[in-house]
Amino acid sequence: MTLFKSTVMTGLMALALAAPVRADNVLDVVAPFEIQSPEPATSGHIFTRMGIAETLVDVDDQGRLRPGLATAWAVSDDGRSWRFVLRQGVRFHDGSPMTAAAVAHALEIAQGKPGPVADLPIAAISAEEDALVITLTEPRAALPAFLAESRTQILAPAAYGADGQALAVIGTGPYQLTALVPPLSLRASAFADYWGQPAHVPEVTYTAIGRAETRALMAESGDADIVFNLDPASVTRLSQSAAVQVLSVAIPRALLVKVNAAHPFMDTAEARQALSLAIDRAGIAQAVLRYPQGADQLFAPAINGWHNSALAPLAYDPAAARALLAAQGWEAGPDGILMRAGQRFALTLTTYPDRPELPLVAAVLEQQFRAIGVAVTINSTNSSEIPAGHQAGTLDLGLLARNFALIPDPIGTVLSDYAPTGDWGAMGWDNPEIVALAQALARGDASVSEDDGDAARARISAILQAELPVIPIAWYRQTLAVAAGIDGATIDPWERDFGLAQLRFAE
Amino acid sequence: MNMLVARLVQALAVALLVGAATFAMMRSLPGDAAWRIAAGRYGYDNVTAAAADAVHAELGLGGPWLPAFAQWMGDLLRLDFGVSLVSGQPVLQEIAHQLGASLWLALAAVGLSLLIGPPLGILAGLRPGGWLDQSLLLVSTALKAVPQFLMALILILVLSVQWGWLPAAGYGTARHFILPALALGLGLAAVNARIARDAMARIAAMPFYHFARWKGLSRRQVLWRHGLRNVAVPLLTYLGLQFVLLVEGVVVIESIVGWPGIGHALVHAVFSRDVPMVQGTALVLGLGFVLVNALIDLALVRIDPRKAQ
Repeated sequence: MTLFKSTVMTGLMALALAAPVRADNVLDVVAPFEIQSPEPATSGHIFTRMGIAETLVDVDDQGRLRPGLATAWAVSDDGRSWRFVLRQGVRFHDGSPMTAAAVAHALEIAQGKPGPVADLPIAAISAEEDALVITLTEPRAALPAFLAESRTQILAPAAYGADGQALAVIGTGPYQLTALVPPLSLRASAFADYWGQPAHVPEVTYTAIGRAETRALMAESGDADIVFNLDPASVTRLSQSAAVQVLSVAIPRALLVKVNAAHPFMDTAEARQALSLAIDRAGIAQAVLRYPQGADQLFAPAINGWHNSALAPLAYDPAAARALLAAQGWEAGPDGILMRAGQRFALTLTTYPDRPELPLVAAVLEQQFRAIGVAVTINSTNSSEIPAGHQAGTLDLGLLARNFALIPDPIGTVLSDYAPTGDWGAMGWDNPEIVALAQALARGDASVSEDDGDAARARISAILQAELPVIPIAWYRQTLAVAAGIDGATIDPWERDFGLAQLRFAE
Repeated sequence: MNMLVARLVQALAVALLVGAATFAMMRSLPGDAAWRIAAGRYGYDNVTAAAADAVHAELGLGGPWLPAFAQWMGDLLRLDFGVSLVSGQPVLQEIAHQLGASLWLALAAVGLSLLIGPPLGILAGLRPGGWLDQSLLLVSTALKAVPQFLMALILILVLSVQWGWLPAAGYGTARHFILPALALGLGLAAVNARIARDAMARIAAMPFYHFARWKGLSRRQVLWRHGLRNVAVPLLTYLGLQFVLLVEGVVVIESIVGWPGIGHALVHAVFSRDVPMVQGTALVLGLGFVLVNALIDLALVRIDPRKAQ
């Protein structure tokens, strides 16, 4: 017994005397995203966020484009030829200079892989002495925004294998990769030859932790310095902790219900409005998401130009919803579920647990739809079931979180989702006016350029609000826990950059 | 020697069965593999028909199953496990990395459980019904009843958040091992302790044990010469069974503490329909069972002379 006791005591004392968890100059970042490989097409977003790789174009926190590896850009009068002037004196992490040929090489490889650039009408990418020229088959005003997307990051020619697969991450950023251990971690150190303001913190690590509880506990224990994507319950708890500061910012991402508008139950705007009126957005926002408010239109106020403050807000009114459905010929059946021509108003709601709040919101929606006589079965499955169901025409309802900043200009997402339809947007719904407006915006046509395109955007928002091919529920907030003793932390609403190069350890 | 041959045959049978079973299961899962792989590769924001088509074209999915199975088995015989459909890395390389991480964690957990459980169980078994026996029953029942994920969270809350002794999660240094190994090991120790206690109590009540005391050996000598060896037999036998529990626990714990191990990899591979990874991982785990059982058989033969005859 004494032997056991002394062993335990020795063990406990050894633990107590062990070094504190962070006594180094290393800044530890934790987020849920796993690293598949050095490949920009699959994991590029982590390398840009960690400040390892950079893109030609950058974005400020208002969503305005600003110079990145390109210092300026201009388009020809016919809108088909873009010239990007490249920053001089930029070196890759292997010491090689960033030449126009290297940039062209990286973009040509990106163009051959799935991603937004693959869909662009690019005829040729060519290198000039100090510039890159992209020739298009038709005008595309938003082209620079596409080149701010992480999958267009510029890596050194030596980073790619013969087949175009990236084998190493040789970027130009303020941090240089020193160790990559897929799928969960990487390490980087400040790059001495960085072209811009050098990073203050000498070393950073990144760890992917899938579970939100664990991430929150890592923040609370001081085990991590910067923790992204906190779950609502943890935000409440961490806000009371002295060890961390919680930051939160609205991001251009919306939680919405995607409706199959070709489904015989939902093929009228009135039917979709009825479903929308059944949703208590404020209740979901406060009780499930712990946000101050729900969404009263698709685009959040932070999405400049796209948020239309003139729109009548989406309301919660189950009685009005029932009246609309009654006018469509639906009558309550024996179990309270609506019936029409012998058919029950029963639908399947498909969602995915990658965002932990989605299944919870689905459960609340099931109750709220039942209250107006619509039976919903929840299918929480792989995220790909929503676009796959869209393609097969089998999807009824999909609950999802759509990112309008896949490229940092919502026109990219609007184009792929609504003009005319897309895997994550409208389904069985087609509106020629939106298609014309969105394509005119994308091309930068004179017809929409008068007020910077704001009228066209407002019109698109208004049509989506009236027709509801997707039903908005909430605007997302990004949350971040920062350890006490770290200065300069901010959240990039466009989810492109962790802002590590600006951070300092407090003295 | 016969036993080793039998285990070798068993290993081959397991390889064939696991290979056929995972192949059949992965083929019969609902949903289109190309879409699932695209989701695994590009993330939910970027799964589109174009991405799924690109995956489909690249991997030549959806062909007849018999040639695909024959091809996989043929590759396997040449020790070629293929390439992960999601990461593009060789499966063998990924498994080697992940299996190592899991193996060390599992060994640490078993080591801890053996350090904690059997000594307490033996002490309790020497005085059945005593205070130690009764409190051990209480504690081990409670520990066994706590699910491993909850145990991990409790340990993180106490050891990391409250006391700041250990990293809450992560991988890389020796300090990172203690918490997940404890989370896994405490449940195992609870059962180890019960088995050791029952075995010790049974042996201590036997005539040969009393005789040894009667012929003049001290308590310590009797325990050393006649007790421990006999307690070790049921403990070791149970260790083989525990391996199953351990693998199950490793899958859960690895996800919680962000451990880059084989359990974590298996869950993700199933989710994103990464068939070569699932097949490779399942095969390695299946062969692991055979290997552990073979090692335990060998150890039992050494400890229990009756088994050798």
